Amino acid sequence: MELQKFTYDNRLTNFFIWATVGWGVVAMLVGLTAAFELIFPNMSGEISWLVFSRIRPVHTNAAIFAFVGNGFFAAIYYSMPRLLKTPMFSKAMGNIHFWGWQLIIVLAALTYPFGFSQSKEYAELIWPIDILVVLIWVVFGLNMIMTLVKRRVKHIYVAIWFYIATWVTIAVLYIVNNLAIPVTWTLSYPIYAGIQDALVQWWYGHNAVAFFLTTPILGMMYYFIPKVANRPIYSYKLSIIHFWALIFLYIWAGPHHLLYSALPDWAQALGVVFSVMLIAPSWGGMINGLLTLRGAWDKVREDPVLKMFVVGVTAYGMSTFEGPMLSLKTVNALSHFTDWTIAHVHIGTLGWNAMMNFGMIYWLIPKLFKTKLFSVKLANIHFWIATLGMLFFSIPLYFAGFTQALMWKEFTAEGFLAYPNFLETVTQILPMYYLRAFGGTLYFIGALLFVYNVWKTAAQGSFMRYESDEAAPKALPNPKESGHRKLEGRPLQFTVAALVVILIGGLVEIIPMYLVKSNIPTISAVKPYTPLELEGRDIYVAEGCYLCHSQMIRPFRNETERYGEYTKAGETVYDHPFQFGSKRTGPDLARAGVKTLPNYKPDSWHYNHMINPQKVSPESIMPQYPWLADNEIDLSVTPDKIRVMRTLGVPYPEGYEDKAVADLQAQYAEIANGLRSSGIDVGDNKEIVAMIAYLQRLGTDVYNSK
Amino acid sequence: MSVIIILVIVGIIVAGIFLLGFIWAVKSGQYDDMYSPSVRILFDDFNGTSDENSDESNKDSKETEKIENNTKF
Repeated sequence: MELQKFTYDNRLTNFFIWATVGWGVVAMLVGLTAAFELIFPNMSGEISWLVFSRIRPVHTNAAIFAFVGNGFFAAIYYSMPRLLKTPMFSKAMGNIHFWGWQLIIVLAALTYPFGFSQSKEYAELIWPIDILVVLIWVVFGLNMIMTLVKRRVKHIYVAIWFYIATWVTIAVLYIVNNLAIPVTWTLSYPIYAGIQDALVQWWYGHNAVAFFLTTPILGMMYYFIPKVANRPIYSYKLSIIHFWALIFLYIWAGPHHLLYSALPDWAQALGVVFSVMLIAPSWGGMINGLLTLRGAWDKVREDPVLKMFVVGVTAYGMSTFEGPMLSLKTVNALSHFTDWTIAHVHIGTLGWNAMMNFGMIYWLIPKLFKTKLFSVKLANIHFWIATLGMLFFSIPLYFAGFTQALMWKEFTAEGFLAYPNFLETVTQILPMYYLRAFGGTLYFIGALLFVYNVWKTAAQGSFMRYESDEAAPKALPNPKESGHRKLEGRPLQFTVAALVVILIGGLVEIIPMYLVKSNIPTISAVKPYTPLELEGRDIYVAEGCYLCHSQMIRPFRNETERYGEYTKAGETVYDHPFQFGSKRTGPDLARAGVKTLPNYKPDSWHYNHMINPQKVSPESIMPQYPWLADNEIDLSVTPDKIRVMRTLGVPYPEGYEDKAVADLQAQYAEIANGLRSSGIDVGDNKEIVAMIAYLQRLGTDVYNSK
Repeated sequence: MSVIIILVIVGIIVAGIFLLGFIWAVKSGQYDDMYSPSVRILFDDFNGTSDENSDESNKDSKETEKIENNTKF
């Protein structure tokens, strides 16, 4: 058979690698800043764009979409052509993908710190950027699919199956989770409300972990570990079995983020069962990766690349064991809302994702620049610093998690909360936060060594843009197979077509109808927010308050003692978006406005506390939000907000948008007068008053009806 | 909680897409050979551009050719 000659273009792989390196440093630096802000709460001072709650999404998004994303894009653009013996389908599409993705990252970095956020974790991007993400994702997917269609190798290697699953699933999840009605260019309300919104978000959130941080990296693992160790994967059969098992199970695991919430019990049980089952395929992957190195452990001793892969895959095994454990309701009762979760996800990112990225880049850069790694010794040092950094990061946070959870749950012999003051449980774990910042610093130093090492490596070599290869054209089919032959490759095109049709057509039409109907409250006392409260809520969302304050009281005695009646599904029906949160760095606020509860605070307290928390409670680690007293509400948008909310099923009467501003000002004057009588002079239309109005409304509907 | 119905439907659609992918893979003989694909990926190192092949990469590609001739795929 005649061999066809062709060339691979390494340009985009190279671009994606440097993007990974650069954004990796940014992601870690922002994360480190956030870690320090938790121990030096006044670090951000009066700089609004540096405050913890605004940069935390910058950190998470940069780590996930910029560092890990660009990393696996590099892997895909490198491995796919070589596995399929054909160059990537289109250079233009590759370029659009690369530059489009970087543009998205820049836009994210330019919006989050300035308070433009949808408040859905890892999906905080405002709606115009969401559309851009979808477009770029489609370009990336088409490029990948067309490369598959043009392949010269009939067999699709397992790594590519992982890439395909990544693309298909992320596309669906991202679109479904971000369905929203725009109010302005920077603000939109999700079509889901409350508990429904929470379910959609965590269905997305968990699968972002599954299909953005796991499947593509497993693809990387299946390509790069065999290549670096120069031996085939331990069991190809196992790789196929665990691939299919993994993708069929993962999509149902999302509800484990909402255990003990107002989510129906059966849905929670579904999430738990599937999460527990996930151990099997996850460990199938880990074992397969590690056993590939059987008989090659001498290489692991020498080669920093393999060391990183080994720690990476081990960390994957650890976090996929821990994940199912955390999904058990009994464990979750303790772990949820604590730093345990933070420790868990960082074993995944610092251990699994980052180590796989580091290893891959240490191996690829010398290859692409036709040279040897600048310093193997330095890479080994990086390996050890990174491993230690990860442990120093996570182990203290495990202790912080257990400690704080146990303190929350502790009762005295008389039956009172042993630590009724939330702040006590925070100061107790502060030393762990110091250690975490230390671990993070170590890890960051390691990353800087990495940058230096790869940079020097590239500088001493010369970039090899093209590599030639040759292969036989795709084998001719058996005559009896020719019916299939025609369809071969097309199921994927059908996939795309079906997705576009289903998602854009069907869902957008059906979902709002369904949801609006089911948003009819089951609790008659629950009323829509007043315009001022609604404005306050938007500020709460924009500032990222949900990142440290939950609004979800679980049905445990210690929580109902501390925060009041547990949260009911019917109370959240007007919450577009939901604000359950997933971490309690500060206390729960679901019933912050209920006057009869022990934690109730008057308006003036809230005012002073937001301006400077340490003045009110000296040991607090909450940052200050003084700009809330300066920034003004844009009253011109208020009627539009009311209108959109009504479209979403919130029962504001017809024509209420015209009266909304007047109502808002009346309520504003009332609160402002109250503040004035406490000696606080607040000007007109300040955000802080709206925020106070919202906080004082929280959780009150149910209590007032009693 | 009608959104659950939607999520279940979407979940089943996604799972269905994967199922079609699986059926296609099995039917088209993707999984007839469960060994050689894992070995084959190790043999694609044709290093260098056509005009500047280093000695090392030449050696590599010759080796690869030899093995490829033996494996037949």
